[in-house]
Amino acid sequence: MSTSTIDRAVDQRTYASYARPLLWRLVATREFAVFALLAIVYVYARGSIVGFDGPLTIYFLFLESAPIMLLALPMTLIIITGEIDLSVASTMALTGAMLGIAYTKWDLPFLAAVGVALVVGLLCGLLNGFLVAYVKLPSLAVTVGTLALFRGLAEGFLGTESISGFPDRWTDLLKDRIGGDSSYPLFVIPLVVLAVAFGVLLHFTTFGRGVYEIGLNDEAARFTGVDIARTKLILFMLAGGVAALAGIYQSLYTVARGDSAVNLELQVIAAVLLGGVSIFGGRGSLPGVLAGVLLIAVINSAMRLDGVRGEVTEIVIGCLLVASVIAPTLLTWISGLVPGRAQRPAAAPPAGTTPEPPASGGSSLTS
Amino acid sequence: MKIKKRRLSALAVLALTASVALTACGSDDGGDDGDGGSGGGGGGSSSITMIPKSLGNPYFEASTAGSQRAAEEFGGSVDEVGPTGDAGPDSQVPFIQTATQQGVGALIVSANDPSALCDSIEQAQDVDIKVVTFDSDTECRDLFVSQADAQGIATKQIELIADQIGGSGDIAILSAAANATNQNEWIKLMEEDLAANYPDINLVDTVYGDDDDQKSFDETAALLRANPNLKGIVSPTTVGIAAAARYLSTSEFKGQVALTGLGAPSQMKTFIDDGTVTAFALWNPDDLGYLAAFAADALAKGDISGEEGDTFTAGDLGDYTVGADGVVVLGDPYVFDSSNIDEFDF
Repeated sequence: MSTSTIDRAVDQRTYASYARPLLWRLVATREFAVFALLAIVYVYARGSIVGFDGPLTIYFLFLESAPIMLLALPMTLIIITGEIDLSVASTMALTGAMLGIAYTKWDLPFLAAVGVALVVGLLCGLLNGFLVAYVKLPSLAVTVGTLALFRGLAEGFLGTESISGFPDRWTDLLKDRIGGDSSYPLFVIPLVVLAVAFGVLLHFTTFGRGVYEIGLNDEAARFTGVDIARTKLILFMLAGGVAALAGIYQSLYTVARGDSAVNLELQVIAAVLLGGVSIFGGRGSLPGVLAGVLLIAVINSAMRLDGVRGEVTEIVIGCLLVASVIAPTLLTWISGLVPGRAQRPAAAPPAGTTPEPPASGGSSLTS
Repeated sequence: MKIKKRRLSALAVLALTASVALTACGSDDGGDDGDGGSGGGGGGSSSITMIPKSLGNPYFEASTAGSQRAAEEFGGSVDEVGPTGDAGPDSQVPFIQTATQQGVGALIVSANDPSALCDSIEQAQDVDIKVVTFDSDTECRDLFVSQADAQGIATKQIELIADQIGGSGDIAILSAAANATNQNEWIKLMEEDLAANYPDINLVDTVYGDDDDQKSFDETAALLRANPNLKGIVSPTTVGIAAAARYLSTSEFKGQVALTGLGAPSQMKTFIDDGTVTAFALWNPDDLGYLAAFAADALAKGDISGEEGDTFTAGDLGDYTVGADGVVVLGDPYVFDSSNIDEFDF
């Protein structure tokens, strides 16, 4: 373990922060900043952008960003472990293609075709997870490879063809609204259920605590009994499964095509990072990520309504991302100025999380 | 750590609840605004949103210029929005949704995929927005403004080549892929036209360049070697005609073997200037956009409904009649030669 990882781990798990006042602890977090920004942008857009307060805004917002919201859920957990999955958008295209092929070419019933797509998604995740967790290859390299591989398979299977004509019952279900005429599409319900499930998994289970520990210090995690390989395999398979759901959604909402969702993985990662997850792992929360996804969606929607060209929107979101990456450094610096934090370095290493002694003890045991 | 997370979750719930509450009030009073907007669009002047396949493409810049010229004439407005760069099948969806929120009078779309846009187009039609497609069609629009019909494209190219070789001799066709549907339809119509009207012209070979520049270049070379008496080549594909022209311009056949077909003026300008090619055809995207805007305006104002047999006037292009399946055909392909090529940059 490099000392930088240890320093960072110690920095973030220090209990000294509780010496600060409650309000300050709540306000001086990245999640709070994202929520505040979301609220400000939303209120501003409602007040001053023509058409944003219409009944369709929220409806289209969810229809449009559903795949990103879905993919952001497992991506959050994966990035918290310090890994990354770049292949999710390609998995989405591949599972969408398989759904189309199973339904139209193999003449399977629709639900069976959905099953095929889910199995393909899980297999994609299994391949990623196996190579990362058990062969111990870096996830960046593995998923850059599978990004090309899955995309190539999708385009190879479908060519330039696009498959539509899924049963109306299912495509209509996607467009239906909760209660018939509210602003929320019906699929927000499963989306919320899934988000809550991932939230509970990450924040309220031993598995979730293991996810954070791996990201902070995987050596220490191993000695506290976390099965690192299994955890990573499960996470990549979850990502594959959820990507299949997103692929099914996209195929029903538009068409199944080999080149759908190109570059979507970057938007997902952008939203996750904007939501306060550290790319180094070990830090972040699901509510923050969901706020990040919504913030990007609201900015996109508002700027399009205002007639701003796509490039300008990208510049704005890009600046926001860079700012959000710089923010933690800035926050640390600001909180260093607050009295009561000054003695932190001396009081920092709390007993439970000091990685050094178990590490040396462990190596003598295994050797 | 755990306590901190709990607080955060509580905060998240609070914020989400607040946003839900805000939205709930919003959708009540927002409903009237939306209806008012689309109602206004259907009345006097049409506000039209134009969504090309992608922005920054000179072809679509020309069609947008045409539609904006039309809007000035009928007193409406045309806003161009759309995806930039590499455009996927669903990249136009958000722009259709935005236009729907704004309650514009009509949409003019060149669809990146025949069916991917249908859900969002139907949502636009639900709030009484008329949808016109141009250049490439979808399965779910009110009208399609077609650049040219297959018969017109075939006849014009044969007319051009017959004119350029003096009405008799051997010709060949350099096509795109062997299984390209539209190319094969044109070739079939050209063969019929030749058999019926040009007994002295002999079609000796049809070769395929797969819309690949190098392959088209090589096929042209092979064609000329295999058929020493060849007097003309027809290439109904922009890639093919440009590659063939490039080969001809550097070979001894320059000026000896005529070349025509469907080409983009920007790619062909050099070869018109150096005399390799005298004339070729394509539709004029400016006229296409102009016609599409008039069609959208007529729909939005309720002058036509898109039924077969409806007629409307499109400024200086004249009167048009809606054909079967709600298709309006721009007319015969436009011929480009040294007299007009400088006016186009797509």
